[in-house]
Amino acid sequence: MLITNAIITQIIELGNSTFLIKIHSPETALKAKPGQFCNIKVSESIFPLLRRPFSICDVEGEYLYFMFKVQGEGTKLLAHRKTGETLDVLGPLGNGFNVECDYETAVFVAGGLGSAPFPFVTRQIPSDKKIFSFVGGRSAKDVITYNLKNIIVSTDDGSLGFKGNVIELLQENIHQLTSSKIKLFGCGPTVMLRSLKEFALSNNFECEISTECAMACGFGICQGCPIEAIDKDGYYLVCKDGPVFDVKKVVI
Amino acid sequence: MNIDLSVSVGSLKLKNPVILASGTVGYGNEISNLTDLSRLGAIVTKSLSLKPRRGNPPQRIIETASGMLNAIGLANVGVEEFVREKIPFLSQIDSAIICNIAASSIEEYVECVRILTNEETIKAFEINISCPNVKEGGLIFGHDLKSIGRITELTKAASTKPVIIKLSPNVYDIASYAKVVRQEGGDAVSAVNTLVGTSFNIYTRKPKLFNVTGGLSGPAIKPVALAKVLEISRNVDIPIIGIGGITCWQDAVEFMIAGASAIQLGTVNFIDPNAGIKIIQGLSDYCVKMAITNLKDITASYQI
Repeated sequence: MLITNAIITQIIELGNSTFLIKIHSPETALKAKPGQFCNIKVSESIFPLLRRPFSICDVEGEYLYFMFKVQGEGTKLLAHRKTGETLDVLGPLGNGFNVECDYETAVFVAGGLGSAPFPFVTRQIPSDKKIFSFVGGRSAKDVITYNLKNIIVSTDDGSLGFKGNVIELLQENIHQLTSSKIKLFGCGPTVMLRSLKEFALSNNFECEISTECAMACGFGICQGCPIEAIDKDGYYLVCKDGPVFDVKKVVI
Repeated sequence: MNIDLSVSVGSLKLKNPVILASGTVGYGNEISNLTDLSRLGAIVTKSLSLKPRRGNPPQRIIETASGMLNAIGLANVGVEEFVREKIPFLSQIDSAIICNIAASSIEEYVECVRILTNEETIKAFEINISCPNVKEGGLIFGHDLKSIGRITELTKAASTKPVIIKLSPNVYDIASYAKVVRQEGGDAVSAVNTLVGTSFNIYTRKPKLFNVTGGLSGPAIKPVALAKVLEISRNVDIPIIGIGGITCWQDAVEFMIAGASAIQLGTVNFIDPNAGIKIIQGLSDYCVKMAITNLKDITASYQI
């Protein structure tokens, strides 16, 4: 991890208040692994005070992409930043997805903005493995499929794709995939991750999820982001021990 | 021009007045990737209790206007693991290591100090009697003059090393607390710990923090902390370590003018882990500009 003054090279509006910000930060890009995040100071002033954590959406050479939705004051400021300005980026932080282990098919399960880390994961999955991307949203406008492969969509209101949530979509389709050894990779709202965990455990699938929690520092000193551990007494820290965990290790 | 940045906090000598505060530097290892700890005056380790503590369930932190609330709940590894796993790393750092102790009883404070005083790496103790985030311990001592006196007296008796008492700002008359520390032989006070605060979710009407209340820190509390330092400085003859919302060298200078011999950086470490080094440079430049040869001469130099 390191702190760099990265140059903002592009801000792309994806619609529905969702943006991609592209930055030039060779050292960070070189070290980044899929599923890791950066803690970003969105403004140069003291407001807002804390950095904001964003998962690394994609890496192209010396460039990194972050995906965000304008939700509060911090993301509003970030959306108004200009190309050519510098951005104070601390990262890469945490532990990402393990894409190298023993499986044949990678199954991504993303809800809403939970699609954010998967373009980079897609890029890093070894070429001998298959990829399927199950993407859910409340309605069509909430479905984010940017740079994903083999996309299967669900919406709660049925405005696009399967009507229902993304875990129901996964259940409908899983029998077509189980001729190969699969591994599930999840990112999205906590209720979705909870259902995904149940689904993975009851079917005995390997599954890693990217979790989130309010945090200050992003590298383990503030102790602000606990997640209850299963395989030891006490808590893991989302920032340092996660944000990606094997579902068997944490209470969701 | 030769600038001397060194300061003394009682018998504790520091190469400069910049200290990283307890709970914002862990046990040194993580933050050492992002800053050179050996250039600092001192670092204060995360509050230790005799046995490990899990800390509070989430949510533990909330951002507020120019500040943050935390209710970590003194999550720590306990004295035994600290000695075994953390001291070896800390012993490599060329700045003073101050060990912060937070306990649930007077006996536990004394026991922690008694065990840790044998560690050569530890140069001083900071006694946390003012953590607002655990039920037992912390503030029940911090707001009781008799307990503070007793804890000061007994921890001093348990160690030959300097004992610093970290005071709560959540009191009407902070000088009287500092006075008790002085009377019972305490070497210095740190002023101040966090201010009790809270925040609600207006849709669920539930408190945002699991612990309901937390400690407010960051620039939002700086004027309050500064006034507390001044109050102690004007009324009690005891060295003060100023802490509360310092983010830049100008803030550090202000605290020293108000009466602090040294200063601690807390919340700013979460945002800029290298802030301490920048502040040391800023202090040095200030001395040059103001023709000050010994930085310690500005302590309590207020013109009121």
